[in-house]
Amino acid sequence: MIEEVGTTEQGDLVINVGPQHPSTHGVLHLVITLNGETIKKVEPHLGYIHRSIEKMCESLSYRQFIYVTSRMDYLSSHINNHGCALCVEKGMQIEVPARAKVIRVLMDELTRLASHQLWWGAMAMDVGALTPFFHAFRERETINDIMEETCGARLTMNYMVPGGVMADIHPNFQKRVKEFLQFFRTKIDEYDELVTGNIIFCSRMKGIGYLSPESAVSYGCTGPTARGSGISCDIRKLYPYEVYGELQFDEVTVAEGDCFARYMVRMQEMRQSLSIIEQLIDNIPEGEFQAKTKAVLKLPKGEFYSRVETARGEFGVYIISEGATTPYRIKFRSPGFSNLSALDHMARGHKIGDLVAIMGTLDLVIPDIDR
Amino acid sequence: MNKEELKIRLGELFPAAAFEEGGEWTTVTIDAAEWEGFAREIRWAEGLAFDYLFCVTAVDWRTHFTMVYHLTSTLHRHTLVVKVKLDHEQPVIRTVSDIWRTAEFHEREAFDLMGVVFTGHPDLRRLFMTDDWKGWPLRKDYEDPVNMIKL
Amino acid sequence: MLSIENITHSIDVWLNRTFSPTVAVLLESLIVGLCVIGLFALLGLVLVLMERKVSAYMQIRLGPNRVGPGGSLQTVADTLKLAMKEGLTPDGADKFLFNLAPFLVIVVAMMILAPVAFAKGTQIWDINIGVLYITAISSLSVIGILMAGWASNNKYSLLGAMRSGAQIVSYELSAGISVISIVVLTGSLRISDIIASQQDGWWLFKGHVPAVISFIIFIIAVTAETNRAPFDLAEAESELTAGFHTEYSGMKFALFFLAEYVNIFIVCAIAATLYLGGWMPLHIGHWAGFNGVMDYIPSSLWFIGKTFFLIFMIMWFRWTFPRLRIDQLLNLEWKYLLPLSMVNLLLTALIAIERWHF
Repeated sequence: MIEEVGTTEQGDLVINVGPQHPSTHGVLHLVITLNGETIKKVEPHLGYIHRSIEKMCESLSYRQFIYVTSRMDYLSSHINNHGCALCVEKGMQIEVPARAKVIRVLMDELTRLASHQLWWGAMAMDVGALTPFFHAFRERETINDIMEETCGARLTMNYMVPGGVMADIHPNFQKRVKEFLQFFRTKIDEYDELVTGNIIFCSRMKGIGYLSPESAVSYGCTGPTARGSGISCDIRKLYPYEVYGELQFDEVTVAEGDCFARYMVRMQEMRQSLSIIEQLIDNIPEGEFQAKTKAVLKLPKGEFYSRVETARGEFGVYIISEGATTPYRIKFRSPGFSNLSALDHMARGHKIGDLVAIMGTLDLVIPDIDR
Repeated sequence: MNKEELKIRLGELFPAAAFEEGGEWTTVTIDAAEWEGFAREIRWAEGLAFDYLFCVTAVDWRTHFTMVYHLTSTLHRHTLVVKVKLDHEQPVIRTVSDIWRTAEFHEREAFDLMGVVFTGHPDLRRLFMTDDWKGWPLRKDYEDPVNMIKL
Repeated sequence: MLSIENITHSIDVWLNRTFSPTVAVLLESLIVGLCVIGLFALLGLVLVLMERKVSAYMQIRLGPNRVGPGGSLQTVADTLKLAMKEGLTPDGADKFLFNLAPFLVIVVAMMILAPVAFAKGTQIWDINIGVLYITAISSLSVIGILMAGWASNNKYSLLGAMRSGAQIVSYELSAGISVISIVVLTGSLRISDIIASQQDGWWLFKGHVPAVISFIIFIIAVTAETNRAPFDLAEAESELTAGFHTEYSGMKFALFFLAEYVNIFIVCAIAATLYLGGWMPLHIGHWAGFNGVMDYIPSSLWFIGKTFFLIFMIMWFRWTFPRLRIDQLLNLEWKYLLPLSMVNLLLTALIAIERWHF
């Protein structure tokens, strides 16, 4: 993978962006071909954080493998765990108690909020505004504190287990979430004031990195990336799981398809998540938080696929079982991997500064791509 | 189209296709030689329009490989699972990266980790592993005493 | 009253009494040189600390608070660390130019200090073309940056240097034209004359709207010239990692860093001199009483106060705004600022000829 790169035969400049670069947010390595400042080609070189999680999972039991998936998209670890738990439940035909369903959705939405907050800060940092990052972290810390109280962890939660959640919510949970809702309602308006309306920010975002609806589908883009091109692809709406079908919320789509559209989708999604949490926080049903399951899970022979909506898009878990205690083959369909494949298409013809902005709006998490 | 309608429609188009019972979605198994024509047909045919390829999986069954393609239509909202059986010694299949652009990366991944060769792929190279890596890590017979931790 | 003017004057008298005039001048040059270097070091330390504190408060952090009272010695510790570090020179670099570049940048920054009036009667060199001298010398710093970018043999550095070249050459124009509008109002290029002409009020207030416009253009242009955000394209850490000084380390990096902060000080000092009266206290026309009260505040405090206020503003920009893109940056200059400043210059000339200013 390490190669001598200088200039191409046409005299274009070839630059390695990464694996250590401030705007790749991890160990992404892009080889970009430049004509002056204009990008002619972007070629992602992956694998710097490849751990072959799929191979690892083949030797882990159905209870164990869920924990590894927290390490993929570490910013939406709850939702990754959720997808895996759903897949195992589908195979075992476990009925999840109502209380666990609501807790799971609450946790998912809190995770989505935390992930979008971090994205917002990092995105602003990519286009050169450093202050929003710290403001975003202030709010994110509150969510992390809430998570820590209930799940015992701040990043790799491992809270969802087949049949429900690992432990009941902390007695303070509802009170603190309500406090947070009130606090964040004012802060999200501040976000808009500080960044969204800024004339420099708008000129950096509007008309940049256009992704047509056809290409978005063809490249397999999901989540806010595709919804920024006007594609309706929210798994929570299309194939509702848990209690999403009973909730009042809108799927945010913006038709423009440029960086600003993707930005606006995420900003509005934060408000939608807030409203989902508000609907549920006072209506957590009483009862069990975990269904009674056997100590050793054995999935029947067959194939099981489950999909959930993470903060970055559609996360799919495909389990092929041979009836043993471990999966025969497991495949994770990670949203970032497909979203990244559209980067070259979007960045061609733009400037280096735009590449950074486009990468920011794709919201890439590298372990999610490399697995 | 629901599961049954889809089955009838595909059965008309491809009499050779074998359907699998059970499972959440319509599952069809076809020959590797037929795959390209089949893919083009289901991508563009009216009423099918499978434009969104969301998962590409290569499975090593020790005796043979299976490529599993999960497809959805964003227009009709129906889902189809296509399975293609490949030879274990020489797993070769036609690429579909010109039909679904996302397949380019997914096929590179399958080549990198399973060693499935995609003919006609524009840029078939290792994706995650280093260029000089020996072997195909996700195969069942793969052994790497240095990097693999036995759990 | 103890003022800098008295101190310098008594030193001058004492030297001339003790030594022959030639030796006295030589000794004075030596003292001035040492003072400039001392001032440089002090400015670097103070401004870096100020930047870190200002950014910290804007970002709801505390900033450095461990070394010294309230973290005040943090930058001293940082400088020591940088001095101890190895100054690497990359293998493929042009060694001579690579090592020369930081010194060139710092020497240019030092030279611009010469005509700056720090307080009443405290000026190193009251040259009769003071403003022209400043504009001329400050455009030399781009050579140092281009040199650093080219000699590093690094593509990021090269891109950063090319951006910086395009940017500084463009923004010199608006900065220059804004300076000329004050020269037109004053009728002199000499710094002391410009300050004296603001005896009855600062040009920002006396010169009607054109003076305000030219002040705003000047601030924008010098922010760009000093490579500060939102115009920090030459460094642009999220795009070019560190731009032209990517390959520099240790003390050579520190020199670039120091030059950046000293340049900010200098451009703010010039802005304060041209538009806010330099060391001149706030005077309003012929209100003798008010002016008398204002005169009680030492002139050096006025100068430092105004300069640091402008520095704070430039820091405020940096920690609020996103970065522009290179084509947007050049569009802003060539399509908006340059025509605007030219029209503005005409208006200023009209005001000067018709004596409409106060």
